[in-house]
Amino acid sequence: MIEIENITKTYRMGAVEVQALRGVSLTIERGEVVSIMGPSGSGKSTLMNILGCLDQSTSGRYVLDGVAVDSMNDDQLAEVRNRKIGFVFQSFNLLRRLTARRNVELPMLYAGIETGRRQRAAAALESVGLGDRMDHRPTELSGGQQQRVAIARALINAPPILLADEPTGNLDSRSGEEIMQLLLKLNRDQGITLIFVTHDPKIAAHTHRIIHVSDGLVAEATA
Amino acid sequence: MNLTQGILSALEGVTSNKLRSSLTMLGIVIGVAAVISLVSIGRGAQASVTSQIEANGTNLIYVRPGSTQQSGVASAAGSAGTLTQADADSLLGVAGVAAVAPELEGRGQVSYLGSNVNTRAIGVTPEYLLVRNMTLADGEFISEANVNARSSVVVLGSGVAEDLFGGTAGAVGQKVRINSQPYTVIGVLESKGSTSLGSVDDQVLVPITTAQARLLGGGRYRGANVLSSINVQAENSDSIDSTIEQITLVLRERHDTYEGADDFTVSNQQDLLATITEVTNTLTLFLGGIAAISLLVGGIGIMNIMLVSVTERTREIGIRKAIGARRRDILFQFLVESAVLSLVGGAIGNLVGWLISLAMGQVQFGNTSIQPTVDADAVMLAVGFSLAVGLFFGIYPAMRAANLAPVEALRYE
Repeated sequence: MIEIENITKTYRMGAVEVQALRGVSLTIERGEVVSIMGPSGSGKSTLMNILGCLDQSTSGRYVLDGVAVDSMNDDQLAEVRNRKIGFVFQSFNLLRRLTARRNVELPMLYAGIETGRRQRAAAALESVGLGDRMDHRPTELSGGQQQRVAIARALINAPPILLADEPTGNLDSRSGEEIMQLLLKLNRDQGITLIFVTHDPKIAAHTHRIIHVSDGLVAEATA
Repeated sequence: MNLTQGILSALEGVTSNKLRSSLTMLGIVIGVAAVISLVSIGRGAQASVTSQIEANGTNLIYVRPGSTQQSGVASAAGSAGTLTQADADSLLGVAGVAAVAPELEGRGQVSYLGSNVNTRAIGVTPEYLLVRNMTLADGEFISEANVNARSSVVVLGSGVAEDLFGGTAGAVGQKVRINSQPYTVIGVLESKGSTSLGSVDDQVLVPITTAQARLLGGGRYRGANVLSSINVQAENSDSIDSTIEQITLVLRERHDTYEGADDFTVSNQQDLLATITEVTNTLTLFLGGIAAISLLVGGIGIMNIMLVSVTERTREIGIRKAIGARRRDILFQFLVESAVLSLVGGAIGNLVGWLISLAMGQVQFGNTSIQPTVDADAVMLAVGFSLAVGLFFGIYPAMRAANLAPVEALRYE
């Protein structure tokens, strides 16, 4: 469960201060499927970075699974990202030098898991339908396959939350739809909280709730 | 992330751009190879000089004319003809002196049939053989009778015999000419190898009286024949310092000089050895220091490449951070990468340096060859230093990588 309360974020660009978020409060329950929508420059990406613990707010409270995240240092945040949040990016963000399996193993490496990494990575790749592509490098895979690898990587440490930033943005409509179905199935089967950041209404249509962000504020939350 | 994983992933990083990694390593390879080979050559030179000096016998005391200081002006030892036969005779009675071998040195053109050699000609007494720790390969040495009769006889150094007769055998009994005067070869010396101070194989020995009267002349000083130096053998090496003291006092009395104004110099092998060791140590250190500079430059090369690598892999760092890498994980990854570069470079450099040393051992410098010695401490020093260089110059790029903000790094194209 995610609770944020009166979050602000101010960037300093030279002498000018830019307020990207101006007091955002929202709650996302466990197992929910929500989408965050808004035009570019609305503060949507900033909100996602803060929700994903990639960045910290200037002020306000953020409680993730009952733990205050806003007062954590960099290494503690890294641990939260490692164990609690899986990321799926628009541009996949796989390491090009590594095979699909090695990419999926990485979060376990940083979690300090010493044994069984290969088997677990292999099982995760099977579950996203890539059992026969484990030793391929990202350049040898199609966009949809790369996004599946990224999903396998996001799920490998069994996080309760999955944060997807335009997950179908670089895919054709058919593989985009497949990826959406795969993600929604994870929510149905494992109860993973899904947060989509998108401006694609087709994605938003799949979600239980849409959070509209505009001008650094949450404008409305429609069910 | 544990050490093995870190090293594996660093190796992946290093091998992903082989050309760049090998060029980076080349800097370290050259640096380490230079340190190893130069230091080993320096050590080899020292060992060969030392062994040759020791081959002359450690009980040897040299008395040479001239002193370090004359009327405030330094003059090179050996430049003034102030030592005489009478001085040599007077040393026989000094406590601790076992034998005295005066010598008069000059140059001689030695010819036999068509061949001729320009070499060092030394007038000596029978004691010379013993005092200078030499042995005969063939024939016999200059006798007391030869000295008394000013005989025209000569003992050839093995190098001279080699040049004129093609070997040590067959020379004895032959007639050679030295500066156009006829001499009979009565003996050939065993080879002692060359020294950096001049080869003892490259010389001919005649009776000292013959040298004074006919071959080299040498002049007279205070009514006695001048000598170029006096070799003294001490009874034992433990009391050599007090023997030197005694000799100095006797000569000071005879020459009517005082400390600081002596017209002679008394020294022994140990002094010479100490001086040479000091010189070669300085030289070795100097060479090693120059080589170390190239190692430093190699280290800067590592830093350069690691900085480029951090910039290039900004996005990778962002991805790694997003999926849970902590600061120390990233720091460790890049530090291990630069350590791998420097260690592998160091290992190859050791091998190359060792090969260079081996090759140098095969080369003859004039008639001196140096056997370079690759010591474990030089190897450890070079490897340790290259690792230190890798870590030192790797720490800044690694810190830059570790301190990247994940959001910024992910946004980097």
